[in-house]
Amino acid sequence: MTDAVPGPPPAAPPPPDLGAAHPPVVHVRRFDRPTRRLHLVVMVTFLGLSATGLPLLFSDAAWSRVLTALFGGFRGAGLVHRFFGATLLIAVAWHVANVLWRAFVRGERGLFWGPTSMVPQPRDAVQLVQQFAWFLGAGPRPRFEHFAYWEKFDYWAVLWGTLLMGAAGLILWFPQPASRVLPGWMFNLALFVHGAEATLAIGFIFVVHFFNGHLRPGKFPMDTVIFTGSVSDHELREERAGEYARLVETGALAELTVPPPTAAVSRRGYAIGTAGLTIGVALVGLMLYAVLR
Amino acid sequence: MRTLFSVLLIAAGLLLGEAPLAVAGQSSPQPPANDDCLVCHGDPEVKRANGTPVAVNGPAFAASRHGPMACVDCHADLATTTEFPHPEALKKVDCASCHGDIGATYRDSIHARAREQSGLNVAPACADCHGRHDILGKADPKSRVAHAQVPVTCGVCHDGIRRRYEMSAHAVALKQADPRAPVCSDCHTAHAIRRTDTDASRLGATAECGACHQSVAEAFTRTFHGKVTQLGSAGAAACANCHGAHDILPASDPASTVSPQKLQATCGSCHEGANASFVQYDPHPDPRDYQRSAALWWANRFYWVLIPGCFGFFGVHSLLWFWRAKRDARANQGRGR
Repeated sequence: MTDAVPGPPPAAPPPPDLGAAHPPVVHVRRFDRPTRRLHLVVMVTFLGLSATGLPLLFSDAAWSRVLTALFGGFRGAGLVHRFFGATLLIAVAWHVANVLWRAFVRGERGLFWGPTSMVPQPRDAVQLVQQFAWFLGAGPRPRFEHFAYWEKFDYWAVLWGTLLMGAAGLILWFPQPASRVLPGWMFNLALFVHGAEATLAIGFIFVVHFFNGHLRPGKFPMDTVIFTGSVSDHELREERAGEYARLVETGALAELTVPPPTAAVSRRGYAIGTAGLTIGVALVGLMLYAVLR
Repeated sequence: MRTLFSVLLIAAGLLLGEAPLAVAGQSSPQPPANDDCLVCHGDPEVKRANGTPVAVNGPAFAASRHGPMACVDCHADLATTTEFPHPEALKKVDCASCHGDIGATYRDSIHARAREQSGLNVAPACADCHGRHDILGKADPKSRVAHAQVPVTCGVCHDGIRRRYEMSAHAVALKQADPRAPVCSDCHTAHAIRRTDTDASRLGATAECGACHQSVAEAFTRTFHGKVTQLGSAGAAACANCHGAHDILPASDPASTVSPQKLQATCGSCHEGANASFVQYDPHPDPRDYQRSAALWWANRFYWVLIPGCFGFFGVHSLLWFWRAKRDARANQGRGR
């Protein structure tokens, strides 16, 4: 949900070129600061929720007691879990409010439809088919826009999962108040849904999202764009030909052009990414071990 | 070679055979045989200084587990006594001289500590539960420690608990000679008298109840209570917290802690303010049982489609992408990029 800037098209959008001797290292902004911050909060809370929730989901596994002990026992893990859960819910509530504010108060266009929107559109179904064709060598790589279909899937899965698990978690956190408006069997349903949705979310984020975003050839070991905010001009052209063409055509590319991330920012991105990937892979490893054992 | 071996063997035999004879010849008399003891201890008229009879029931002893043994095997200090009648004060019989492992277990129990550390002389030692000269194996229905007799034996002291147990569904099963019906020692153990409020004991109790109530115990491990208990925390309810321990009754009995009449009070003992809606919670749910909960059954079905569907689709998606990207990378290298 970044900013498509529908400005008046300048006459000739010159491809940015910063000197002839060196290959041009031009970066294009992909994620603005609030988006990066939101991802960081979601990432940290998700890791914390996974680490404190998995031991309960697999309470019969030997590692569960060890992991629980790291958080000061079951009560400590429960407190940390609730803290991260509340933080994530607040972050998601802020995000939803922010999107609504941008759309309806600030009158921002393109949030709910168009090339930079997160909303699934016919183009996504077409590109999904094209992507499989490309996998099999039966066609060129789809010309992706700002968000590709798997990124939209990630976004909606996390939003849906957070709201569902958040609701279930709140029911389990406050059973007495919940029982005044809900029948008691909702506790059974809430616990089941919380666990099943957690299995899905942990497996999906730590395997599928990690692969699509970071671990696949070409990105391995990680893509730091979500931490640095910008992507190289070259990468944008290769990965998102549709977006690149549109930016060139509308002349928005110049406005989105930023200096490449400084060494410090880049290092910080790698550090955060490494920590997240390591913890996530370790947790999903423990989960797979418990499931397959 | 063979000759030398024979000589050694004979020498060894002489040494082993001669030694006790030599000792007996020097100082000790032949230890008294059981019949010698029964000369006095078989006579109901023979009394101690305080007037209590010294009689031992000879036929009962002969029929007991220890029947083949000699009196002096247990009353060991009499094996070397020469003067009869012997003094009244004898050394205490030490069962652990044979039953060492059980003795070691017992010495850590609340019963042993009550006797030995607190001087609570009414706390039981071996003979209080097993008897003295008439000890029978637990397989013998007449034994004090036979399955059906355990509540009676423990109830000698723990009479109040015994009376509550007698009202329970488990006592009914015991009266119907159900060999699986739990008695005191199944939960508390016989010799260690395990504390029932430790985490280990609480975890064990779920398994203990689960030996018969298998599906219920398994369903319990799927709940928050069960999972927390499995993690080793004593904070959450396990079987006994809701069902009680000694006076467990079926939910259909109005006196049961889990009867519809009492459920709010039972849940309310932890969950203050538990109302009629709150207690509709199923403490041992089974998502595969449609009759028990249609909502859970549908949720289970839904996730059994959604989770494999998601992982299946994106699994294939990722594998194909990996394969394609690797191929492209190789092709690019080939071009000398």
